[in-house]
This record gives sequence, structure tokens and C-alpha cells, in this order.
Amino acid sequence: MNYQWNWSFFLDTAMSSDETYLDWLISGLGWTVAIAISAWIIALVLGSIIGTLRTAPNKLLATLANAWVETFRNVPILVQLFLWFFVFPELLPRELSLWVKQDMPAKEFFTATIALGLFTSARVAEQVRAGIQSLPRGQRNAGLALGFTQAQTYRFVVLPMAFRIIIPPLTSEFMNAFKNSAVAFAIGVMDLTFVSRQIVEESGHVIESLLAATLLYFLCAFLANRIMVFIERRVRVPGFIIAK
Amino acid sequence: MLSNFDFSVIPVSLPFIWEGLLYSFKLTITAMCGGIILGTLLALARLSGGPVLSRFAAAYVDTLRSIPLLMVILWFFFLIPLVTGKPMGAENSALITFTLFEAAFYSEIMRAGIQSIPKGQVNAGYAVGMTYWQTMGNVVLPQAFRNMLPVLLTQTIILFQDTSLVYAIGAKDLLKAAENTGKNYNRPVEMYVFSALIYFIICFSLSMLVKRLQKRIAIIR
Repeated sequence: MNYQWNWSFFLDTAMSSDETYLDWLISGLGWTVAIAISAWIIALVLGSIIGTLRTAPNKLLATLANAWVETFRNVPILVQLFLWFFVFPELLPRELSLWVKQDMPAKEFFTATIALGLFTSARVAEQVRAGIQSLPRGQRNAGLALGFTQAQTYRFVVLPMAFRIIIPPLTSEFMNAFKNSAVAFAIGVMDLTFVSRQIVEESGHVIESLLAATLLYFLCAFLANRIMVFIERRVRVPGFIIAK
Repeated sequence: MLSNFDFSVIPVSLPFIWEGLLYSFKLTITAMCGGIILGTLLALARLSGGPVLSRFAAAYVDTLRSIPLLMVILWFFFLIPLVTGKPMGAENSALITFTLFEAAFYSEIMRAGIQSIPKGQVNAGYAVGMTYWQTMGNVVLPQAFRNMLPVLLTQTIILFQDTSLVYAIGAKDLLKAAENTGKNYNRPVEMYVFSALIYFIICFSLSMLVKRLQKRIAIIR
């Protein structure tokens, strides 16, 4: 294999713009982080609510919440992204549909964030349900026996323990959010995947471009992991198995 | 609105969709079989290989698990021609990529499966005079595989969903077939919905199957 290594080309100005390839990489990283973190916030909020509803005594709500999880878990993220991008605007009233298609600012970014957020919310909901169901039945009964309402029992007894238990699987979901954000390139978000392909095509430096993007993804996943481990340590409850 | 939708494109599209779906299945099944074999070897290397081999297996698995599949697809698509000197079709490139990538995930599942077998069984195998490979092949792996069957199948459902990512290199899978027919007949919206439905029906029925299997295995144990 005869490969001409050249790392300094990143400082060259890209052919199709007046920025350097390095600028492209940095802005790609910015979009990737922005999508992953905003999607994670959506996923955490929605996933907690839906996961909790799945364990609620109300059968109708539990069924609806289960349907939500099955829907978002059984369609590939890329297909979901296309549904939000191409199909969803068609379902809106005419005026709104036109605005979404033509004038909406940062349309690609918002679509990708919502698609990834809802996709991840189903996975978070699954973890939250598992966390709640892993608690001994007595905890909930004790809350109710003390005179807490159903909502108070969840807020003060069940959820604080359930969330601590599921921090490790939530950590991998947070890392998955960064990895899954790579599909955003397909609707034209200039994220890391998009710019790395662009740089390969314009500069021809295949290995350096892909390696740079891969390392940046690696870094994102690593930092996400460290943040969650930090949180895990801070919220540890002494006396339980989860506390070392 | 919904009244503008024209689903008459669907019967026309069926032959193309079928062809795409067949490729998606081929990719899934190749990557599943190859991935489980390679993954089992990686798990064995990680658990009982020498210091070099086990470190290599661990590095392989951890690296592939922490980068997006899309990047791995691009890596292989651009690298294989550089190494071999001639371009390889997107379809074949994807077959190799998915097998090697999924091996990392199946390997973690098999490792958990192997570790769930009591150590006494391995010792019993050695005590009756079996070699390492006989003990693994006749005693440990069959049980590990059986215990992990639901998890292996769940991973395969995820793998089937992930095959849609070959979109990035233009391989003609189910999603690409739907998109192309949608463009040709000027009905992209209907075709995206149709492809989503197919993915949903397949993945949902498979996941129901896994749930039933899980219950059966749980009772027998």
C-alpha cells in the first residue's frame, strides 16, 4: 500500500469556500455536539415521563406509553429521520407546511434533533421502566402507607432510587446519542460525518480525514462517559449496592 | 394533507422493494452468521488467549463499539480500494464492514454468556480428559449460546435496522429501493412511509418472538 501521509493539508483553504479544512472539522464537531446534547435533553425528559407512565396504575396511559416505545424502537433511526424531514411537513396545515418547508431557520438541525430525541426517548423510557420495576414492591407501598399520594410516592420514593440504579445504562445511551447523531448528514446537517466525507472528496486525503473525524467522535463518547460517571459518583446513596 | 397522498404507487413499487429487502436480509444474515462466529472467537481470545491476543481482542471490541457505525462504513468503503487497488462495490463493501463491526457486539454478548457458565463445568471437562477446544465446543459454548439466544436475536434486530445505514455509500437496500422508486414515480413521501411500515412490521414481530422465546427459556432453566 502506497499512501502519501500529509497532516498539514488541514490548514489548507478548502476549494469550495474560504475556510480551512480544520475550520470545517471544528464546525462539524459543533453541530454533532449540538444535536447530540439537545436530543439527549429531549430524550431524558420525554423518556422519564413515558417510562414512568408505563408503570403507572392507569391501564390506558400505560398502553399508550408502551405503544410509543414500540413505535420508536422498531423503525431505523435513518428512516425516522426521513419521516420527520419529508413526510411530517405534508401532514401539517397548508400555511404551516409551507413555512416549515421554505422559511424555517436551521430546519435540518431541528429535524435531526427532534428525530434523534424521540428515538432515544424510547430507549430511555425502557431503562426507566426497568429501573422502577427493579425496586422492591415494599418501597412503593411504604410511600403510600405514609400517606403520600401516587404522584408523591413516585417523586420522593420510587424515582430517586430508580434513576440512580439506571445511571450505567443511561451512560451508554448518552454515548449512543453521539454515535447516532451521525445519521444527520443524510438530511444535510454539516456534522462531523458530513464534513469528513466532504473533506475526503475535496482533498483526497482519505485516511487523515476519516481518522480526524473518528478521533473526535471517540473524544465525544469518552467525555460523555466521564460526565455520567461523575454524576454517578455525586448522587451515590451510602449503604446501597450501587454505592461502592 | 393526507388526502393528497396517493398510495397507488405501492403495488407498482413492489418488485423493486422486494429486491431491496432481499439485499437487506442478505446483509443481516451474513453479518449475523459471520459476526457470531468471529465474535465467539474474539470472546474466547479475550477470556483465555495469551496476554497479546486478549489485549488485541479487547482493543478491537472497545474501539468498534465507541465509534459510529456510519464512520466504520465510510472507512471500509474508502480504504478497501486503497489497499486492494481496485474499487469494490458498495454492496460487497457493506457485507465485509457489517460482519467485522457486528463481531464486536456479538463478542460482548458471547463473553457474558461464557462467563455465566459455572467454572466447575470447565474443570469437569478437563478432568475427563478433554482438550481446551473440546471443553469449549462440547460443554461451554452450547450452553452459553443457548442462554444468550434472546440477546443474540435482539442484537440481530438492531443489526437489521442498522443495515439502513448503507444509504451513506449508496448500496441498494430496502430504504434505497424505496427512495429510488419514490423519486422515479414522483411519490417520495408515500414510499418513505411504506418502507417505515415494512421495517416496523419485521422488527416488531421479531421482537415479539424474542419475548416469547425468553419466557420459554426462563421456564426450562
